[in-house]
Amino acid sequence: MCLGIPGQIVAITDEARMMALAEVSGVRREVNVACILDRPIADLVGEWALIHVGFAMARIDADEAAKTLQALHDLGEAQEALEAMEEGAKALEVGQ
Amino acid sequence: MKYATEFRDPKAARAVLARIAALADRIGATRENPVHIMEICGGHTHAIFRYGLDKLVHEGVEFIHGPGCPVCVLPMARVDECVEIAERSEVIFTTFGDAMRVPGTRKSLMQAKADGADIRMVYSPLDALELARRDPGREVVFFGLGFETTTPSTALAIQQAAREGLTNFSVFCNHITVPEPIKALLDDPHMVLDGFIGPGHVSMVIGTHPYDFIAQDYGKPIVVAGFEPLDLLQSVLMVLTQIAEGRAEVENQYARVVPEHGNPVSIAAMADVYERRPSFEWRGLGEIDASGLRIRPAYAAYDAEEKFGVGYAAGPRQVPEPEGCACGQVMTGRIKPTACPQFGKGCTPEMPLGALMVSSEGACAAYWQYGGARATEAAE
Repeated sequence: MCLGIPGQIVAITDEARMMALAEVSGVRREVNVACILDRPIADLVGEWALIHVGFAMARIDADEAAKTLQALHDLGEAQEALEAMEEGAKALEVGQ
Repeated sequence: MKYATEFRDPKAARAVLARIAALADRIGATRENPVHIMEICGGHTHAIFRYGLDKLVHEGVEFIHGPGCPVCVLPMARVDECVEIAERSEVIFTTFGDAMRVPGTRKSLMQAKADGADIRMVYSPLDALELARRDPGREVVFFGLGFETTTPSTALAIQQAAREGLTNFSVFCNHITVPEPIKALLDDPHMVLDGFIGPGHVSMVIGTHPYDFIAQDYGKPIVVAGFEPLDLLQSVLMVLTQIAEGRAEVENQYARVVPEHGNPVSIAAMADVYERRPSFEWRGLGEIDASGLRIRPAYAAYDAEEKFGVGYAAGPRQVPEPEGCACGQVMTGRIKPTACPQFGKGCTPEMPLGALMVSSEGACAAYWQYGGARATEAAE
């Protein structure tokens, strides 16, 4: 939960709430982009960002994203983050 | 150098290791009289063990594992309070998975869930927010845990809940800050630290200036580092270079991600939503001044402490650590994990007694997972 994981912004889902769809190692999940919003929100599509617990916290370039992802895989942190995203989706099922 | 195959650029790693060795020799660092460098962040601790950096560097460089693992410094009393809130029938308690197995006095959140409490692991406070929108008849409580990496996300979620006027969402805020425990460690007369490796992703949020006091007031070097093995080695080299040249500065090895002044949106959200508690309890370190955050009165409607009368607002509660657990001594660098009488006996990652064995970022779990022969050797 402490290490950010690189994700690529693939679509804007809710401009008012500053939400976008990010792809992290093939998994898509909605993230908040308020912290990297120094330009029109539509211009974020295609950009890479470090994502912390559902919030894009820093824009990074594609090369940095690839290197960070490799390091996180080595540490098992990438898998942990992806599992946590899955758990998060499950938690939303009301009356589980 | 069997680990060298794991470096993307083994040649560069070897070159940095050679420079580290030369500098360590030059400043007279030896196995008996080493330079003590604390890596503050639990993610760095994990990386150091994963890549065996502690074995690759010159024997005169010793890593001291810092308090930067939020799960590891979480006192049992806080876990007890989580369980107390989670066991209320109207509550859906949401938490990062990392906190589930931390032992409490009565039970962990995992055990409370097994006993019937509605506890759900979430990836993000946004999941908790969404749960509150979908289930207006239930009180959704999010366990706000972690340093400045997760703190802004909780603040932004609270601001969003306020904008939407949600009345069934609150945060049990136990967020903590990085600089204050470092100051506490530096003020400890038993602590002999020569320099620091600063956290990468925390610094991405807060920038590098919150560490100025380490260099200016205490005369110790600190280098903010990335998470790749070469980042860490370069940072060790930068700390040693400062020591050799008699400098004490805040340097940024991870400038490609960490801006000097941090992330302005995050900093503004944190300032809007939180204020500092006078002091906060850390597992193994005790009460530390101004090291914890609480929700400002303006957002009291989203403060689970106010809503349920549980937590520091109701008066701090302290409970003693389990018998034989030496997490406190390990955390302050007084002993190595293997010197704890419970290490690998009463305390393993499967059945943790102390918090340092729970998280992969905890020093004990890292020793257990990667220490192998060395851990056994040291224990004998």
